[in-house]
Amino acid sequence: MSVLQRDPQDQVRVLDEDGSVVGDVPDIDDETMVEMYRYMRLARHFDTRAVSLQRQGRMGTYPPLSGQEGAQIGSAVALAEDDWMVPSYREHGAALVRGLPLKQTLLYWMGHEKGNKMPEGANIFPPAVPIASQIPHATGAGWALKLREEADKAVMCYFGDGATSEGDFHEGLNFAGVFDTPNVFFCNNNQWAISVPRERQTASETLAEKAVAYGIDGIQVDGMDPLAVYAVTQAALDKAKNPQEDECRPTLIEAVQYRFGAHTTADDPTVYRDDEEVEKWKAKDPIPRLETFLRETGRLDDESVDAIEASVKEQVADAIDAAESEPRPDPSEMFEYAYAEMTPEVEAQYEEFQALHEKFGDEGFLRE
Amino acid sequence: MTEQNLTIVQAVRDGLYTEMQRDDDVLVMGEDVGKNGGVFRATEGLWDEFGDNRVIDTPLAESGIIGTAVGMAAMGLKPIPEVQFSGFMYPGYDQIISHMSRFRTRTRGRYTLPMVLRAPYGGGIRAPESHSESKEMFYAHEAGLKVVIPSTPYDTKGLLISAIRDPDPVIFLEPKLIYRAFRGDVPEDDYTVPIGEAAVRREGTDVSVFTYGAMTRPTLEAAENLAEEGIDAEVIDMRTISPLDREAIVESFKKTGRAVAVHEAPKNGGLGAEITATVQEEALLYQEAPVKRVAGYDVPYPLYALEDYYLPSVARVEEGIRETVNF
Repeated sequence: MSVLQRDPQDQVRVLDEDGSVVGDVPDIDDETMVEMYRYMRLARHFDTRAVSLQRQGRMGTYPPLSGQEGAQIGSAVALAEDDWMVPSYREHGAALVRGLPLKQTLLYWMGHEKGNKMPEGANIFPPAVPIASQIPHATGAGWALKLREEADKAVMCYFGDGATSEGDFHEGLNFAGVFDTPNVFFCNNNQWAISVPRERQTASETLAEKAVAYGIDGIQVDGMDPLAVYAVTQAALDKAKNPQEDECRPTLIEAVQYRFGAHTTADDPTVYRDDEEVEKWKAKDPIPRLETFLRETGRLDDESVDAIEASVKEQVADAIDAAESEPRPDPSEMFEYAYAEMTPEVEAQYEEFQALHEKFGDEGFLRE
Repeated sequence: MTEQNLTIVQAVRDGLYTEMQRDDDVLVMGEDVGKNGGVFRATEGLWDEFGDNRVIDTPLAESGIIGTAVGMAAMGLKPIPEVQFSGFMYPGYDQIISHMSRFRTRTRGRYTLPMVLRAPYGGGIRAPESHSESKEMFYAHEAGLKVVIPSTPYDTKGLLISAIRDPDPVIFLEPKLIYRAFRGDVPEDDYTVPIGEAAVRREGTDVSVFTYGAMTRPTLEAAENLAEEGIDAEVIDMRTISPLDREAIVESFKKTGRAVAVHEAPKNGGLGAEITATVQEEALLYQEAPVKRVAGYDVPYPLYALEDYYLPSVARVEEGIRETVNF
């Protein structure tokens, strides 16, 4: 029986909080399991460093992901190379797995559009900042695959619990149901939309059960259990690509988890939530859970953990060096990418800008 | 009257507080406006003071926020929905354009919408994508709405109170670049600053410079710098972009015969175009030089590494004024 065949109010789990096995361990080779662990460590360390860069004034506002590595890495590892990913703005970990270099994530939050230029071959849409606005895109992308008879690929869309309140969530999932598109809608329910708790977003008992109204499948998973997330995502992707006769392609996954830190570096969560609650969820930290499991099953030892730690630190340090060495983009880029060809108006404004820039230099523009 | 020394964002809070004290029908709603006190702290302490029914944390849904506020206002409440950044107003755009602006007209006055939709707008704070745009003309173009943009703490409170008391829906856009940039004296009591009246911020005889919101300060700085070159610029803060104070525009222009418009919103279809048309229609024979527009470029607002090149700078404003004066 597929892991998806259960009530949306059940929660799929593989590892308990102590890393002991409480469900069916998905079929993942040892190397990939260790790689998942490494990606999670990398995402966590990156996140810590990114927050500190913002604090030091070396980067703008940044949305931290600590606590959410299990959901991001567990789901992204399940994607096949030619599947697609349509992210919100907090998916740095998932994007990393899908081939977006950390340097680019840093550049984006340092205010460079270049951070959004996905490398060739990395099937990632640019992150959407307006909440839920990417969900219809994901449906459209999945629909395009189906219309071109390429539904052996799927489109994964990430969004948060707050997004389920927006109209775009409804419209995106409704279209997916009507046109039976090869989509997985992955809701990172981290309990808080800035200061508004999950209970205030909806009177529904779970977010997963919203799928029922669209005629698609909904399933809830422990989002801080990377193996459970992998198992559920894998099953949903399989169904999206190869549905049985009585199955629909799309699935809504609610990954129940917690954001350990602030919504963004501009936010102070101590105003609206208790330390006690944070501590309760920190006990579910996905990283030690997977580490315990991997150690107990002989897949990791002190030596390999140390090596991973060292390599992760080096990789993040290199990415920061590379991003900070990137020169300020040339202002001409503002004008160059607005249209395939500059319109006469844009061209005239570009010329006026160039004349001013020549006359006054950067001092004529840059503020303190 | 007791005075307080407040920033613009504190003056917003003070205006809300003052009207909520005075009128039980006034309520605030939006994302994170309650316990959190707003992401910019514009509603700080109001939830403690007025409780959950008058300071309402809503689900994350701008169409829901604006649409339910329309329903409340039609029933006689005075809701003040907040959208966290003006860049997130668009899911509610249908509600604004199809309903908020038209309820009075459609029902021949049977229903009216005494509501104020507040949002911080504009660039210059190194914010993430979609957080820095100036799209006020979307709303100025829509009949049935009033669009107010303050630039000082005093005006912020006085205009906000006018907006709340106004029988028609008002879009109240707050320049977040200067939310905390400086302080000004603000009376503790309630007072109003009339909607639809511009303010002369600097008197001058050579050229009229029309601006509003966060661009008022660099424009004034440019005017002061140019005084050293012997150019005497008059600076007018429009304060309301719809209805526009055309009388103030024409009066100043008749005196100087030269005009510059400064705004961070894109040049095409910006308020500068409306100001230009006004002087053409009303004071053509006084005109000594082409009207100059110093504005955002007609390209998508860049991420923050380039935003200083996009926003009108003091040097750009000065050059625009010189060009007009030396024509």
